[in-house]
Amino acid sequence: MTEGEPLIRWDWIASHLDEFAFRLGEHVELTVIAVGVGFVIAFALSLLILRAPRTEGPITAVTGTMYTIPSLALFALLIPYTGLTVVTAEIGLVSYTLLILVRNIVRGIRGVPADVREAAVGMGYAPREVLWRIELPLALAVIIAGVRLATISTIGLVTVTSLIGQGGFGFLILIGIQRFFTTELIAGAVLSVALAILADALLVLLQRRLTPWARAA
Amino acid sequence: MASTRGATVEFRDVSKRYAGQLAVDQLSFKVPAGRICVLVGPSGSGKTTSLKMVNRLIEPTGGSILIDGRDVLREEPTALRRRIGYVIQQVGLFPHQTIAENVGTVPRLLGWPKERIAARTEQLLALVGLEPSRFALRYPAQLSGGERQRVGVARALAAEPPVMLMDEPFGAVDPIVRDRLQNEFLRIQRDQGTTVLFVTHDIDEAIKLGDRVAVMRGGKLVQYAPPAELLAHPVNAFVAEFVGSDRGLKRLVLLTVGGVDLDTTVARAAVSPNAPILSPASTLRDALVRMLASEAQVGIVVDRDRYLGVLTLSTIGRMIRDDT
Repeated sequence: MTEGEPLIRWDWIASHLDEFAFRLGEHVELTVIAVGVGFVIAFALSLLILRAPRTEGPITAVTGTMYTIPSLALFALLIPYTGLTVVTAEIGLVSYTLLILVRNIVRGIRGVPADVREAAVGMGYAPREVLWRIELPLALAVIIAGVRLATISTIGLVTVTSLIGQGGFGFLILIGIQRFFTTELIAGAVLSVALAILADALLVLLQRRLTPWARAA
Repeated sequence: MASTRGATVEFRDVSKRYAGQLAVDQLSFKVPAGRICVLVGPSGSGKTTSLKMVNRLIEPTGGSILIDGRDVLREEPTALRRRIGYVIQQVGLFPHQTIAENVGTVPRLLGWPKERIAARTEQLLALVGLEPSRFALRYPAQLSGGERQRVGVARALAAEPPVMLMDEPFGAVDPIVRDRLQNEFLRIQRDQGTTVLFVTHDIDEAIKLGDRVAVMRGGKLVQYAPPAELLAHPVNAFVAEFVGSDRGLKRLVLLTVGGVDLDTTVARAAVSPNAPILSPASTLRDALVRMLASEAQVGIVVDRDRYLGVLTLSTIGRMIRDDT
């Protein structure tokens, strides 16, 4: 921080609203792609686990290990192959969502009461119909809880991808650090947190809408 | 209404083996169309396994099960199950669907038009004593245990199945509600004419509901008979013990006041005014309870104001002792 400079220069913020909007778009895009792709992969892995429980150990081990790799190290490892691109960023972001999403999808579907499943099969639901019409709707609350967690952590992690030329609000944080400009750094951090809170609230609303029966009890 | 007609169900040498252990051993019996067959026995006797082989939730190791002469093993399982009603103890209502949606499950799977499903759902809710306008749009979590079980029965009957399987359906409700559900079930079953296979471990329930009772033990059928015969002539010590030393008293549930000899030599005016008035349709058990509770210890039998005679304790005693 330069001597005599205030912590936040509101005039700078007022004159950079366009930039914030641009970074917001970037941040949302990186997040949506990461959680979306992560969900599709996690869904497939979850079905595999439910159909062949032997695969649960290996899948948990691999996604768990991915989750523990420091993000900076992962990006550094990927750069020789995929460069400073969105692909590099998304590979990292997606791999961090898998553990949470797989765990919640599997737990949600396994949590469907046995008598409900037995009644569905006994009345003539085909196996695919049991999954789509009974198990998934009933697992929805637990699955969306996983999506909320994955979304919040991804929104935080997106800022790190600024180091490989992506980053959304992370770009503001990075430039703020490089220039010792606290206004930009704080703006980036606050906006990222605000986005996470907003996204979480929207997902809670979505869950309430999709599970009206949960409120009836 | 009597819209449905039951099908015959026949077990032919049906066996189920789990890892070398016989859960069901060469089971053979036949349930006539439109009748209630109760499978009863201690836990591990193979009764639930036998029931679940009818709709192929469990596949038999040997033998065949025929519904109206057609082997269930030759049918596509989901199509077969849509033609067989299924009620379980925990009910298994779908928590995310309204009561109307739950009841309409099988008609929906069968692709009935919407209006027909709606009409059938309303009719069934009324049939099981749930006011459609009050219950149709509620979720299962908003209902009591007894109400949920009624919905379970309505759901099983929705597509007018010729056969219904019931696995301890009234086992989880309190005795008063159970008694009422049993009576309503009997009324509905007579009305619909559905063939029912009913599993219970409660011999009193078996005697009350069954047209035929199949007593099972260790995967084998020990005795297959109408309840009166089961009580009068248990084939061995196991059945005798299972039906209980009070089997004479249990028989009274199956006999009505109108079905026994009344003492017609006594004028009505000569009978104690404390004596209860009995209808010919009431069971001897109910008659006995009311007679013992009164000072007179006899009952006046009256059929719509017409005096038929007097029922005495000694007549009831003879029915308890009578083994024929």
